[in-house]
Amino acid sequence: MINRECGVYQTTYEGDMALYPAPLARHASLGAVVVLVLLPLILDSHAMALVNLITLAAIGAIGLNILVGYTGQVSLGQGAFMMVGSYTAALVTLRLDMPFWVGLPAGGAVAALVGTFFGIPSLRIKGLYLAIATLAAQFIIEWTINHSTWISGGVQSTIYVPTPSFFGLEINSEHRRYYMVLPVAFIAYVAALNLVRSRVGRAFIAVRDRDVAAEIIGVDIFRYKLLAFAVSSFYAGVAGALWTYYLKIANYEHFTLTTSVSYLAMIIIGGLGSVLGSVFGAIFITLLPIALVYVVEGGAALLGFKYAAIADLLANLRLIVFGGLIILFLAIEPEGLYRMWGNVRRYFRLWPYSY
Amino acid sequence: MSPGSPALHGPAAGPDAKATAVGTAQVEIREVSKSFGGVQAVSGVSFDVAKGEIVSVIGPNGAGKTTLLNCISGVFHPERGRIVLEGEDVTHLRPPQIAARGVARTFQNIALFRGMTVIDNLMLGRHLHMRNGVLRSMLYWGAGQREEVAHRKVVEDIVDFLEIEAIRKRPVGSLPYGLQKRVELGRALALHPKVLLLDEPMGGMNIEEKEDMARFILDVSDEWGTTIILIEHDMGVVMDISRRVVVLDLGQKIAEGTPTEVKANPLVVKAYLGTKAT
Ligand SMILES: Nc1ncnc2c1ncn2[C@@H]1O[C@H](COP(=O)(O)OP(=O)(O)O)[C@@H](O)[C@H]1O
Ligand SMILES: [Mg+2]
Repeated sequence: MINRECGVYQTTYEGDMALYPAPLARHASLGAVVVLVLLPLILDSHAMALVNLITLAAIGAIGLNILVGYTGQVSLGQGAFMMVGSYTAALVTLRLDMPFWVGLPAGGAVAALVGTFFGIPSLRIKGLYLAIATLAAQFIIEWTINHSTWISGGVQSTIYVPTPSFFGLEINSEHRRYYMVLPVAFIAYVAALNLVRSRVGRAFIAVRDRDVAAEIIGVDIFRYKLLAFAVSSFYAGVAGALWTYYLKIANYEHFTLTTSVSYLAMIIIGGLGSVLGSVFGAIFITLLPIALVYVVEGGAALLGFKYAAIADLLANLRLIVFGGLIILFLAIEPEGLYRMWGNVRRYFRLWPYSY
Repeated sequence: MSPGSPALHGPAAGPDAKATAVGTAQVEIREVSKSFGGVQAVSGVSFDVAKGEIVSVIGPNGAGKTTLLNCISGVFHPERGRIVLEGEDVTHLRPPQIAARGVARTFQNIALFRGMTVIDNLMLGRHLHMRNGVLRSMLYWGAGQREEVAHRKVVEDIVDFLEIEAIRKRPVGSLPYGLQKRVELGRALALHPKVLLLDEPMGGMNIEEKEDMARFILDVSDEWGTTIILIEHDMGVVMDISRRVVVLDLGQKIAEGTPTEVKANPLVVKAYLGTKAT
């Protein structure tokens, strides 16, 4: 995370190729992990709920960034792939009586299958057309889940799942749920970092940057486009499944087109083609509506409006601000918050000998 | 790089490979034709390239040289004719399949991954020789990590060979043109190709850079026994590095032979004079 290279020389390729080659970076990353693990000691359950929402969002955002940021394939279907994971987890737990740690990979696997299928159009079309094809996927999946009683049977396509437990320990508080969500997010994060710096990730980037050159050196772009859809929707599926166990409910309304758009907003604002940027984006987009509520409520109170009068405005305002920010970042800082973070980091990298 | 450097030995590169194999046609180009709309870019071109040989393809701008390379590497498929590689008809294979058969190339207008470092570009050249899939890549531990490190060593040998150590971690887009050309050769070499297709590797270079590039090409040929098909404008360079030249004009082969024979050929003189010789 923090990379100070001043005076550091690598003597082996293993060392040079490590995730954090500089010792200070290693220590900083370790420190970050310790802080994350100990976070529940300092935060109350209200704050922990926010942290949980961010952590959940980060998983889906990292997955989407692998597809959009690294491989260059647009997708408006991330919400739908999360929905697939969510319902899969609910069914696996209810019908097969499986614990959450079976439901998670199951949700990921089924979403990966569905995602790969809906990724097939990417073999023929790109850009805007692909965005529309994945938009269709979003609606088809939403409709299908909603209309098959076998999947979503019950009132309003809602499935309730029992409180998850881990070897007898009930996961029934925000603090405990954090320890269910955090390890999954940690694995998702490290796995993505490793992926993008090795063979498969390089192939993804090659497909994104120059598909003719990629093919010439033997990268099968068809294969890697589908693989990117598979990996990305696996992440989405796991995130959706976690969402189910977190809320103890699977409901399609959590995974609509709005969800897909906000995940796109996360990676655009956080930084396309950056794993850490996805996390920044998840933090930003999760906290933004809450900040908006405070601002609008405060403003309304000052002007003497009732909350009911502004509730509608608030819902729309959120989308408008998302849209505005996406345009703003695309126009001004396409590499997002990660780039800004990079600028700060670059300044300190060779510190104190910056010149 | 020493001739015995084991890591650099390509699939076709045993020290004896060249000596025994010269004389066998490794690439056969048979009556290849390709048109774009009304433009007949290549028409009925045939020639053979022996194993370990360096053949230059020359001709005025628009003669169809690049199109011919594109047909060999599978970017385009000819409407008529065949491309035969080591006895196998590869006319209709896609580029990755051609690459998997040991054909690498560079582009006239450089097609590197500009945001990636030199090392990563070369590592991409190792793609076909690596096996790591998604899970191993994500784990980056044990066998997966060993594979990355092993191929990094191969890449570093190529970096040393091309004398680009100092820029190995620079993003390719930030490099001057001549160095980019060299990096692109490096990426092609990372494939350990049996056949190397070079599209104007010295285009836009100054004399010194041209000499370096010529030396690298000759070294590759000598040490690895790689078969090379080279497109080049500069007659001087062509004379220096190849013993056989194929001349294209308006999509057709108008001459073939040693550089001296070709230079004396009236058709060639006319083609070059007609378009202002380079
Ligand atoms: N992708 C393409 N689409 C249309 N025309 C092309 C294309 N590639 C080449 N051509 C045409 O084919 C002819 C041969 O071009 P090219 O093979 O690039 O020549 P050279 O490399 O010898 O300069 C030219 O007339 C060129 O305009
Ligand atoms: Mg050309």
